Amino acid sequence: MSQIFHRSANTIARVSIFGAVFFIAGLLGLFAQVNRSPWVTDVNVAREQPIQFSHERHVAGNGIDCRYCHTSVEDSSFAGIPPTKTCMNCHSQIFANSPFLEPVRDSFRTGRSIEWTRVHDLPDFVYFNHSIHVNKGVGCTTCHGQVDRMPLMWQEKSLQMEWCLDCHRSPERYVRPRADVFRVDYQAPANQLELGRRLVAEYQIQKLTSCSTCHR
Amino acid sequence: MRKERDRGLTQFWRTLDERIDDPSFREHLYNEFPSQIEAITDPVARRTFLKLMGASLALAGVTACTKQPAETIVPYVKQPEELIPGQPLFYATSMPLGGVVTGLLVESHEGRPTKIEGNPLHPGSLGATDVFAQAAILGLYDPDRSQTLTNLGEIRPWSSFLGAINAALTAQKPLKGAGLRLLTESVSSPTLAAQIRELLTRFPSMKWHQWDPASRDNARAGSKLAFGEYVDAQYRFEQADVIVSLDADFLGAGPGGLHYARQFAARRRPENADRMNRLYAIESMPTSTGARADHRLPMRPGGIEGLAWLLAAGVGVARARAGLGAAAQDAVPTGEAVRGGAVQSHLGAETMRKWIAAVTRDLQAHRGSSLVIAGDGQPPAVHALAHAMNQALGNVGKTVLYTDTAEAEPINQLESIRDLVADMNAGSVDLLVIVGGNPVYSAPADFKFAEAMSKVQLRAHLSLYDDETSALCHWQIPEAHFLEAWSDGRAFDGTTSIVQPLIAPLYGGKSAHEVLAAMSERPERSGHDIVRDFWSASNRTLPASEFESVWRRWLHDGVMPNTAFTPRSVEVAQSAISSPKFALPQTGLEIAFRNDPSVLDGRYSNNGWLQELPKPITRLTWDNAVIASPATAKALMATESPSFQGGEHGQIITDVVELRFRGRSVKGALFAVAGHPDDCVTVHLGYGRSRGGRVAAGAGFNANAIRTSDALSFGGGVDVILTGEKFSLACTQYHHLMEGRGLVRAVTRDEYLHDPKSAHEGPGMEPPPPKTLTMYPEVKYDGYKWGMAIDVNSCIGCNACVVGCQSENNIPVVGKEQVLRGREMHWLRVDTYYRGDAVNPETYFQPVPCMQCENAPCEVVCPVGATTHSHEGLNDMVYNRCVGTRYCSDNCPYKVRRFNFLLYQDFDTPALKLGRNPDVTVRSRGVMEKCTYCVQRINAAKIESEKGDRAVRDGEIKTACEQACHADAIVFGNLNDPNSRVAKLQGELRNYALLAELNTRPRTTYLAAIRNVNPELGE
Repeated sequence: MSQIFHRSANTIARVSIFGAVFFIAGLLGLFAQVNRSPWVTDVNVAREQPIQFSHERHVAGNGIDCRYCHTSVEDSSFAGIPPTKTCMNCHSQIFANSPFLEPVRDSFRTGRSIEWTRVHDLPDFVYFNHSIHVNKGVGCTTCHGQVDRMPLMWQEKSLQMEWCLDCHRSPERYVRPRADVFRVDYQAPANQLELGRRLVAEYQIQKLTSCSTCHR
Repeated sequence: MRKERDRGLTQFWRTLDERIDDPSFREHLYNEFPSQIEAITDPVARRTFLKLMGASLALAGVTACTKQPAETIVPYVKQPEELIPGQPLFYATSMPLGGVVTGLLVESHEGRPTKIEGNPLHPGSLGATDVFAQAAILGLYDPDRSQTLTNLGEIRPWSSFLGAINAALTAQKPLKGAGLRLLTESVSSPTLAAQIRELLTRFPSMKWHQWDPASRDNARAGSKLAFGEYVDAQYRFEQADVIVSLDADFLGAGPGGLHYARQFAARRRPENADRMNRLYAIESMPTSTGARADHRLPMRPGGIEGLAWLLAAGVGVARARAGLGAAAQDAVPTGEAVRGGAVQSHLGAETMRKWIAAVTRDLQAHRGSSLVIAGDGQPPAVHALAHAMNQALGNVGKTVLYTDTAEAEPINQLESIRDLVADMNAGSVDLLVIVGGNPVYSAPADFKFAEAMSKVQLRAHLSLYDDETSALCHWQIPEAHFLEAWSDGRAFDGTTSIVQPLIAPLYGGKSAHEVLAAMSERPERSGHDIVRDFWSASNRTLPASEFESVWRRWLHDGVMPNTAFTPRSVEVAQSAISSPKFALPQTGLEIAFRNDPSVLDGRYSNNGWLQELPKPITRLTWDNAVIASPATAKALMATESPSFQGGEHGQIITDVVELRFRGRSVKGALFAVAGHPDDCVTVHLGYGRSRGGRVAAGAGFNANAIRTSDALSFGGGVDVILTGEKFSLACTQYHHLMEGRGLVRAVTRDEYLHDPKSAHEGPGMEPPPPKTLTMYPEVKYDGYKWGMAIDVNSCIGCNACVVGCQSENNIPVVGKEQVLRGREMHWLRVDTYYRGDAVNPETYFQPVPCMQCENAPCEVVCPVGATTHSHEGLNDMVYNRCVGTRYCSDNCPYKVRRFNFLLYQDFDTPALKLGRNPDVTVRSRGVMEKCTYCVQRINAAKIESEKGDRAVRDGEIKTACEQACHADAIVFGNLNDPNSRVAKLQGELRNYALLAELNTRPRTTYLAAIRNVNPELGE
């Protein structure tokens, strides 16, 4: 009885068995990369907004503090999006007739809210609290990036769980003195780890990685 | 192991079948998945099942591959002052019910009320809430509420109603309102009363009628009979050593119930074991009060009056002794008096004699510190006797105080509605305005209210729902919920508070004040102006500027200071106690009508939380039943065979009987309840609604159909006829059976004083194994170590904790069909246990939330790590990881995990979205869930404390169940703090853990119950 398969079939079989391992590993790797890519996370993708609001102009240009608009960041889970009234505090005087600001004036006149597109959108099963983070020395720019360089707002970090856990597991790598939390030009010092360890002790920062810390 | 347990099983039991110990029942009990046996042996079904499962598993993963859609943020245009987005605000308001109000604090998230708590400053609440207050949130957002003002079914604007009512009133003007009738419920609002009185002065010949099935007509009539005027009795349970309840469920229902339950429980703590009170309950339908009683005597409601006479004679009420004649000349009634027909009970004459003698002696030994309370279902004469006994015992001014009534205008409501029906039948009513209530459904059947009402020319009805009465009225006005409208009212002790709205009317509803204003000369006044003007006029001495700050203080605190009534001195009239009336003649069975413990008189029929709430004692959901004692049910030839069609032994298939009473009849399912008196059936009102809404539709039968004016509470001569039909009742008592373990523990006071650990001796109570005997890694809890202690001794089984939990944690309603399969979602269940015979057992309640085991069996079996251990010892449940294997639930010895078999949450109805707690995930299909110890509250408190660089204080975190509890039976806190309340309670000697022998080390532990038994009566 002659052989059904040619001798080369042995080689093909060996190669495809090894190949399959690499292929599957490659596929998984690809999936992991795609899942971390801006295509999924929207990192560095500037969002269109109903008004061409520039953080760069307001923060870097005019030197307005984060808390002037995001008033509840120290007290609440939600940092707060300013009511139209806050915009009009200045813009009833400055650029009062600018066509770009017509939606703001329209909102103020009609009482209809401006509908902003959410840039930092955590999944609904995550319960994040701004107030405790800023009170424990996590700076605004640590998560939101240098907003003073963002003409239109984009997301700087992936907001994926591994990114959260990165800091929750070793907060000393990221915390800064409470006084510097709202500084947009803050640069981590060379001795961050040393400073971080000291602050973790001083602020009694816990390494909270229990599920119910964020999920409930 | 199982055999050994069976032999020791006798002490506590949960269901009658368990008590009877039928072998077939036991077989069912041990059969864990009875519903699936057939499916597995049937080859075709199994194959199809596997095919479908394979396909769905393969596709299940794909559903996760979605990108989150872009969301918008919608800020305010002008942000209200003091509102911080993301932080809830709390407002004080109060809830009117049955002629009194209860103070509440309502949590509001950006203007949406989401959770109701009690107001600690309000005497009617003391920080606790009942099931009705907890469920009011769902009532507010109920999409079935009446949403538009209609005239003959057509939508009309408010102005058109104003026009119509104005025309009708103008026509009445020359007649001085002779054809005008106003029908309200019991009114506790001083403002509304003033408005009505103003209307009465404008139309002197009009009549104001009241009919409120939730209020206490017999208590009112009783006080009129005893004192010649209407007064309210207030009780001081902290002063009472011996309490006798004559069919009174003072812990479970009625004005001041929350206040009384707390006072009562405080006198039963073992640290005051020497001052422990003793409660004797004589009752028909078993209630929470009877369950907490040290001695309970089941009696037909008609027989209780005779017993009251004997007790009255025994404690020295002279008129009662004279009335009884020779029978009661001794201080203690003789066997003859009892046997001679004075008092009959199925327990036998000897037991009765012993009982009466013992209670009489105990009362006499506690002059000035005893208390006799008559129940709402008992006739006025019994109330008069109770007043006379309290007076004879010198209790007045000590344990019982008499004050003005909280109701603005107490009247005999039965006579009031009788008058109204007579006038309507006579054709002398031209305009009938019904403000609240549903008389077509709830009025006595013999009045034929609907028929009489059809003779009225113009009928208008203000109500929350387009109900039975609305259907027969020309105008239906949607009523504003109490969380939407301004009003005011008095608590049981007279304390006045403002009803403050939390939200603008969702459906353009109008309040009673606004409807009354529409009938006045200033029709367009807002509810706010009416209430505020009334109070500024009553405080005319205050300058306007000062009144503003006083008004704001009232709104902030939820009470007006120093408005409680001062006690009055009243004397029981000699004529009140005239001729003794003993047990009803025995013709057939006796029937008792009661308000339902969950839906009351039907006003909460459309509330899913309340419909699905297992009722205290019966544990029925979604239906009422014809309730009888096991012996009577058996005599009626009915079989009560638990059928195990669903998982967890879900449904009971029982016989349908026809009740024929005074020429009317209704059909209902028969249900046997241990401890119910023989020869008597109890039916609950509030069911069988024909126009109650989508939730109420199809639930139960309408007991009002056979309730006549001469037997509003009870009556003799009902015929119970077996129809041969069968009916499925969704009774949760059969779910999660205990199989003979020592889950609930109880001792007598003397046993406790002798050996505080004596509760832990007995069958099924194995001591916990050594801590080292475990394969779980040892975990050290350095920071907080959360724990809970539940006092079985205090729990009155009222269910407030269950609804509180449901509201706080966005727990869905699943419907009767799912409850029949044992799939109710309550994270917290209140198990009822009995001890003793089925004729008159002791009853215990045990709330069972997640035990938060330190060695948690659920955690190790989860294949996806969806339930994990937190560093504070909580068993975290991560919904987004859960794939629904249900292994955790299988491995949970306490059966506290709940699985979303279907999409139980309503994700579509917009109104329901508003009422959910934004701090808790709304779970979808295929996800396991369970009690979290309200981890959202723990986290919120921890964040607040860390911001202030301090530790969480004891009592700062209250779980939803703890906060709702009247009796302080649930205490939560940090076990690592030796001074915390929970650590102290868990250190008590009567503390025990459920199934401690499994070495799960539960964080939730229980405190054994203690009964203060009268040695004369023994066990």
